[in-house]
Amino acid sequence: MNPVLASVPDVALSFAEYQTEGFHDELFLADQTPRPEAGPIIQRINSLPPGELMRRQAAAERLLLQLGITFNVYGDNQGAERIFPFDIIPRIVPAHEWEWLERGLKQRIQALNLFINDIYHDQHIIKDGVIPAEILLDAKSYREQCHGINPPHGIWCHVTGTDLVRGGDGQVYVLEDNLRCPSGVSYVLQNRSIMKRTFPQVFDLSRVRPVGDYPLRLLRTLEHLSPRDVANPRVVVLTPGVFNSAYYEHSFLAQQMGVELVEGRDLVVAGEKLYMRTTSGLEQVDVIYRRIDDDFLDPKAFRADSMLGVEGLMNVYRAGRVALANAPGTGVADDKVIYAYVPKIIKYYLNEEAIIPNVPTYICENEDERAYVLDHLDELVVKAANESGGYGMLVGPHSTREQQAQFAELIKANPRNYIAQPTLSLSRVPTICGDHFEGRHVDLRPYILYGKEIFVLPGGLTRVALRKGSLVVNSSQGGGSKDTWVIATNQEQLTPQSATP
Amino acid sequence: MLSRVADAIYWMSRYIERAENLARFMDVTFNLMLDLPQSHQNAWAPLVYTTGDHEYFREKYGDANQSSVIEFLAFDQDYPGSIRSCVKFARENARSVRETISSEMWEQLNLFYYMVREASANDRIKASPLDFFQEIKQASHLFKGITDATMSRGEGWNFSRLGRLLERADKTSRILDVKYYLLLPTVHDVGSPTDDLQWQAVLRSVSAMEMYSKQFHAITPSKVAQFLILDRHFPRAINYSVTGVEHALHAISGTPMDTFRNSAEQRVGQLRSELAYTTVDDVIQQGLHEFLDLLQTKLNKIGSAVHETFIAVKPVDTSVQSQENGYQRQSIFVR
Repeated sequence: MNPVLASVPDVALSFAEYQTEGFHDELFLADQTPRPEAGPIIQRINSLPPGELMRRQAAAERLLLQLGITFNVYGDNQGAERIFPFDIIPRIVPAHEWEWLERGLKQRIQALNLFINDIYHDQHIIKDGVIPAEILLDAKSYREQCHGINPPHGIWCHVTGTDLVRGGDGQVYVLEDNLRCPSGVSYVLQNRSIMKRTFPQVFDLSRVRPVGDYPLRLLRTLEHLSPRDVANPRVVVLTPGVFNSAYYEHSFLAQQMGVELVEGRDLVVAGEKLYMRTTSGLEQVDVIYRRIDDDFLDPKAFRADSMLGVEGLMNVYRAGRVALANAPGTGVADDKVIYAYVPKIIKYYLNEEAIIPNVPTYICENEDERAYVLDHLDELVVKAANESGGYGMLVGPHSTREQQAQFAELIKANPRNYIAQPTLSLSRVPTICGDHFEGRHVDLRPYILYGKEIFVLPGGLTRVALRKGSLVVNSSQGGGSKDTWVIATNQEQLTPQSATP
Repeated sequence: MLSRVADAIYWMSRYIERAENLARFMDVTFNLMLDLPQSHQNAWAPLVYTTGDHEYFREKYGDANQSSVIEFLAFDQDYPGSIRSCVKFARENARSVRETISSEMWEQLNLFYYMVREASANDRIKASPLDFFQEIKQASHLFKGITDATMSRGEGWNFSRLGRLLERADKTSRILDVKYYLLLPTVHDVGSPTDDLQWQAVLRSVSAMEMYSKQFHAITPSKVAQFLILDRHFPRAINYSVTGVEHALHAISGTPMDTFRNSAEQRVGQLRSELAYTTVDDVIQQGLHEFLDLLQTKLNKIGSAVHETFIAVKPVDTSVQSQENGYQRQSIFVR
């Protein structure tokens, strides 16, 4: 009956032979000894009987399939679902580093919210010459329709996932901001529950901070936005439907929050209010956690051909009778060129230096920087400003002359649309590769909620590039994931892990 | 509850029940063929004929024999009326309402789906499918048991019950109808020893043999008809199923029994009282086939009324393809 139950060889995996090969490793020091916070888990793994670790890895994968924790593969008409490959060796973040990251992430989301609000009102930041007006007007995700809107409590971006990477120098950088519909948090929670089944004894020893209260915190953040002052505002999750690649996550979050998962066709606008169609008629909706893009929200306001949204939704939103998280127009701040200006944005609104630095970024729009980029295509990573999921990218050192020439043309034709960054030597984490461990490159996406206060989930999605040497971690490009263990400080009182779903 | 969610739960249950009945149908045919004399007719051909898709079958498979019909009805992934497709549709419906049903229901249905998918690729199972039919029945029972053990008795559960029992009433009537037609080719066959064996097989196919025997001590076609149509206590009997449908509908709407507030309640109430006040002699007099044919029409109308009452909340979105229209054709027993 079990679909992926394959026989597992009795191989003893141990870290005795593991090499960091000159890369920054998240679990090991350069002299191949474990970092202090990784000690308990390394010791535990080294002491497992032969075959046991592989059996646990196989059991974890089987569980993912059985639970249907999958994502959809576009362009596959067999309705193929795949599990997001999962490796049971965790990534570990020490307490002091997390404390620093948390401060940096809070600072960033605060400044970005002030920025978005300014952009859709008086645009002081442009008038003061901090950001050139053209850059804003050319940003694909800038929404004129959102001008003058005042979302509840002045917050535009309520849920965000910020991608972080660590370079060869050991420094953590912000790689990009995801302010529209950042996905992946369901994997953070499910990876954790699978890890607890896999290594129950190590959690206490390692003082891992729990992540299981995320859905309740998300619900509180959403309820905070309700335009109606009622005890139980009606919150819904809006999904494009079962064919969306992140459908599993939408349904998981709705289930964990105990709210309805709706599609556009379940909603209807009547008399300036938003309703959902139920078996006993129409019921008013107060807050939408929407997981569809701005463009598809309302065919009247945005794309006329959208079948996913709700006609007239934006009117109800403007009238303040329904709240949307994140607010439409929020995406303006995750344009990759705007990203390059975030340190200036932080300085401008908060009068502080950015705590977590950006990856050094060349803006092709600027002539000097463009010239440099065109001369160094073989060593840079070039990214299209408005693409995501690892598409529209040139990874210089791994590209052919032909591809470089092709990108040179693209950049010259539309310089506004491109940025370039030095190729970082991303940090690595040991990963099970066949019958031994090898270092694989990782990034980290922590999740931040902005409601009454700002909350950073102590953990996040560690994505891992499973192919040897690859730097691309996106699930759509064959990446996998790992559990992220944020270690508690000594003072911290840990809540029981059993609170996790 | 969202109308779309109610619709998906209802169809999820219908498809599971449909898959189970397909297995029952093939199981009884398989057993009949083992009991029939060598020269006797081919009982597999009528199975194809009753799907209404015999042209598709002839083009793809040619002759109707044990292996081609089982391939067609159990494993054909291009044919929307196969067990494999039914389980796939059930799972897709479940996937679209995962946040509403219990995780245990989802996991069981997910495993059910993988089991059928793996069996489809296994020649050993295909060559000897009786165990497979048994597994389908078990998986369906397990799903129903998990549903009853893990889901609050609210709207969702009642829509699930509604879908399952409506489908079951329909399929029991079709099993009875087709077998009656098959087993009584000529008058002089009635009462022969093979006839007894065959009626036993029919009863076994709906797990009714033992319960029937407790009530009646000899097998006659009219007693079998009486048991499968009119019995109030046997869970696969049509009367029992229709009564369950009525209870589910009233639980959903809160309408007191013996009254109605919508056309679904009206129709099911009429059918239930008709069954309550009919004897098997009335049925035989009317003609069993004619009676069952009319009954199936009434069940279909109840289905449409359910859709109009709870699912198609106005204003109706025309871009949404209703499953009622999209999938009803797949009903294997539709003639």
